[in-house]
Amino acid sequence: MSFLFFFPGLVDCYSRNIEVKPGDNNKSIEKKIQLATNHDTLTFFPGEYELETIIIPKPLIVMGIDFPIIKSKTGNEIITVISDSVQIVGLQLEDVETSFMVDRAAIRIKDSNHFLVSNNRLINTFFGIYLEHAGDGLIENNIVAGDATEESTSGNAIHAWYCKNLRIIDNQVTNHRDGIYFEFVDNSLIKGNISADNLRYGLHFMFSNEDEYIENEFRNNGAGVAVMFSKKINMYRNNFLFNWGNSSYGLLLKEIYDAEIANNTFRENTIGIYIEGSTRINYFDNDFQNNGWALKFSGGCLDNHIRGNNFLTNTFDLSVHVLIEGNTFDGNYWSDYSGYDLDKDGKGDVPHRPVKLFNYLINETPETVVLLRSFFVELLNFAERISPVFTPDNVLDSQPLMKKISRSEIVLK
Amino acid sequence: MIEIQGLQKSFGKNQVLNGLDLKFSEPGLTAILGPNASGKTTLLKSILGMVIPEKGDIYVKGKRIRDHYDYREDIAFLPQIARFPENLNASELLKMVQVLRKGDSDAEPLIKKFKLEPSLSKKLKYLSGGTKQKVSITSAMMFDCPILILDEPTAGLDPVSLMEFKALIDEEKKKGKIILLTTHILTLVHQLADRIIFILEGKVFFNGTPEELLKKYNTDDFEAAIASLTQQEVLTHV
Amino acid sequence: MFRIFQYSLKDLIRSRWIFYYGVFYLLFTTGLFILSNDLSKSIISLMNITLVLVPLIATIFGSMYFYQSREFVELLLAQPLPRQRIFGGLFLGVSLSLGICYLLGVGIPFVFYGIAGSGEIWNFLTLLFNGVILSLIFSGLAIWIGLANENKLKGFGIAIVVWLFFAVIYDGIQLLLLVAFSEYPIEKFSIGASILNPISLSRIQILLKLDISALMGFTGAVFKKFFGTNTGIIISTLSLIFWTIIPFMGIIFTSRKKDF
Repeated sequence: MSFLFFFPGLVDCYSRNIEVKPGDNNKSIEKKIQLATNHDTLTFFPGEYELETIIIPKPLIVMGIDFPIIKSKTGNEIITVISDSVQIVGLQLEDVETSFMVDRAAIRIKDSNHFLVSNNRLINTFFGIYLEHAGDGLIENNIVAGDATEESTSGNAIHAWYCKNLRIIDNQVTNHRDGIYFEFVDNSLIKGNISADNLRYGLHFMFSNEDEYIENEFRNNGAGVAVMFSKKINMYRNNFLFNWGNSSYGLLLKEIYDAEIANNTFRENTIGIYIEGSTRINYFDNDFQNNGWALKFSGGCLDNHIRGNNFLTNTFDLSVHVLIEGNTFDGNYWSDYSGYDLDKDGKGDVPHRPVKLFNYLINETPETVVLLRSFFVELLNFAERISPVFTPDNVLDSQPLMKKISRSEIVLK
Repeated sequence: MIEIQGLQKSFGKNQVLNGLDLKFSEPGLTAILGPNASGKTTLLKSILGMVIPEKGDIYVKGKRIRDHYDYREDIAFLPQIARFPENLNASELLKMVQVLRKGDSDAEPLIKKFKLEPSLSKKLKYLSGGTKQKVSITSAMMFDCPILILDEPTAGLDPVSLMEFKALIDEEKKKGKIILLTTHILTLVHQLADRIIFILEGKVFFNGTPEELLKKYNTDDFEAAIASLTQQEVLTHV
Repeated sequence: MFRIFQYSLKDLIRSRWIFYYGVFYLLFTTGLFILSNDLSKSIISLMNITLVLVPLIATIFGSMYFYQSREFVELLLAQPLPRQRIFGGLFLGVSLSLGICYLLGVGIPFVFYGIAGSGEIWNFLTLLFNGVILSLIFSGLAIWIGLANENKLKGFGIAIVVWLFFAVIYDGIQLLLLVAFSEYPIEKFSIGASILNPISLSRIQILLKLDISALMGFTGAVFKKFFGTNTGIIISTLSLIFWTIIPFMGIIFTSRKKDF
């Protein structure tokens, strides 16, 4: 048995298995927890349970066999973790009721570190997984499905508040207010999740720094991802799809600094990225395809660098209100670039102006949208492109690429 | 068979037909004569329904023709200048007319008579004026219609064809058809006409047999009589 | 009508011009593929071309064919056929042969390129539908104008002006009015004015396919209903079909009173 000292992960072998079966109630479960020693496993056998809130006060493994269904008896929270090193695995949690007063969740982890929430199904639980003052934890492979219809009466699938070192991986979060919500969460990774059909945002950052989200898919949300008042966020290889509607976007950047947005795909969003008051942001190697507006800048942006992106048949590639000097747009491929390349260096010899006059007109008089793509409007755009009057003349790509940059498709689940 | 009552038609300010009354009930050929722009063609086109008169009525076989079209089954029309859809060939054209009209038709004898066989497979635009005219005659006369309307039918015909055409008309006359003909060739009128109508200023100026015409101007010379009619017109206008 | 249609179709298909027209689309579409190697980009370029060029060619061709086929018409008029059948058949002959040319010229390269299995199939079908229906409408208008004007030059000139009006001037006026009255509720006007112009209708059909992401960004209730539901596609399709009836009725009506 001496090898176990070298494999602390197998320390479970020492732990006892405490069985919980259908018919157990809160009282009996509480007693079992009381009697348990640290790192014991609390095994829920298959079946249905109706329980009030279970509090986990010591490091335990809570595990379900064949997804036992635990319904909230009174509509209150189901599991509250107040200890470090708790694992919750393989449960199906249901029916936490909406409350206007308290943010109830299926699983709450409070003031605890080193937790694992894995392979659970959370169905109609108002908030799904609620983390407060928690850290160094892993949330993976969970399905969190809500039935939100209104923003004001719905919660977030994964909600994190004052946390650090989280890893949120391969979850599916749907039909909530926000798919994943971060407020004051630092040094965390969000990877491989699918966030779809959420009313507000697929992923929402507030006051969170040095986080990274990669290889996620955000589909059909009110808006894909909102990053607000945050610093040093890296956003790589995500898909932002079908975020349609007024003031709907694939990605919203508001008051953020030092972010990098690379290798993402933005397809068929009303606005690909909406940028407000953001500084030192690099946009590399992204694909913007069939969006209403690929990029919309709304003032106060400095040192935004847009390079090596594909802009493919968007209605408008770029909308700019007031753009301060110091932002660059060089070396992208623009599908409606009409210049030529006589010196055959792969870059157009005439600069490309991605801002169209008609975009300016549409901002002034939205009803003119019915004239989009009309011959007359194209004439106006052409004239404006030759000698800019209404559109800022410093917004241009002086090295527009002649050919679309080919990338190996990132295949997500 | 054809009755025209008070026919009036103007093109712009130009009054072309001015209260025309005519009746064609007897079989035989009527030559319609008159100076240029006297309204001959307009009269014929009115009967065909191509020109729509402002006033007056036309009856064919006792039926008012306005807004009707089936009466044209009884009329074969040979237009002034033979013009056809360019990209068809002659046999296609004949076939087309046969398909568009209901009645029985037989083009073979006419094709033989005019020796059209070699031209049948050629596109109409490559045919000479005379050959086109022969195709035109064939397309009009291959039906056995009781009424024939011929507007300058001999333009471009060579002498031999002209002879054959005359023989053809004679035959048709013998079948008891009503034939209306406009032409500038007076010998043709002399040889074929049973009746002469002279139109002037949109009105009937003379309507009678050739004999009556000769008698009126007291001459034996047919051409002189026609000339006198034309002269009369000049005199009345000076 | 069907017989006349058959003959004029036969006549047209043999004429060189209609052949060149088809070949033009064939080459143009193939060229687009070679240059851009991109289905959706090619479709967008073709849409821009379709909206301007199809009505123009249909106008010119309809006008030319009408004046050219006077002989044919005169021949037909002497036959026991009602006028509406003659001119209806002629209209169908011209418009459908233009439509077929467009269909083949644009369609064949796409089929070879493999449109059938791609996600662009609906955009492509919208393109074809609009190319054909614009051919119908504008050749019909040109024939109608031809019937109403004996003078070839005048008729041809008017037809071109009508095209210019619908293709360019109309949009300019609409834009001016929209900007001038932007303080007022003009949503209904902006859609209503588009319905009165067949080219605008076609353009809107195309917008509904290509630019739906952008159109969803507009807040007005009327726009939301028009763009966000099937209302837009239904109204614009019905209006386009109605638009083909207008020149048809015009042709029938004008031909009834015309002297030949």
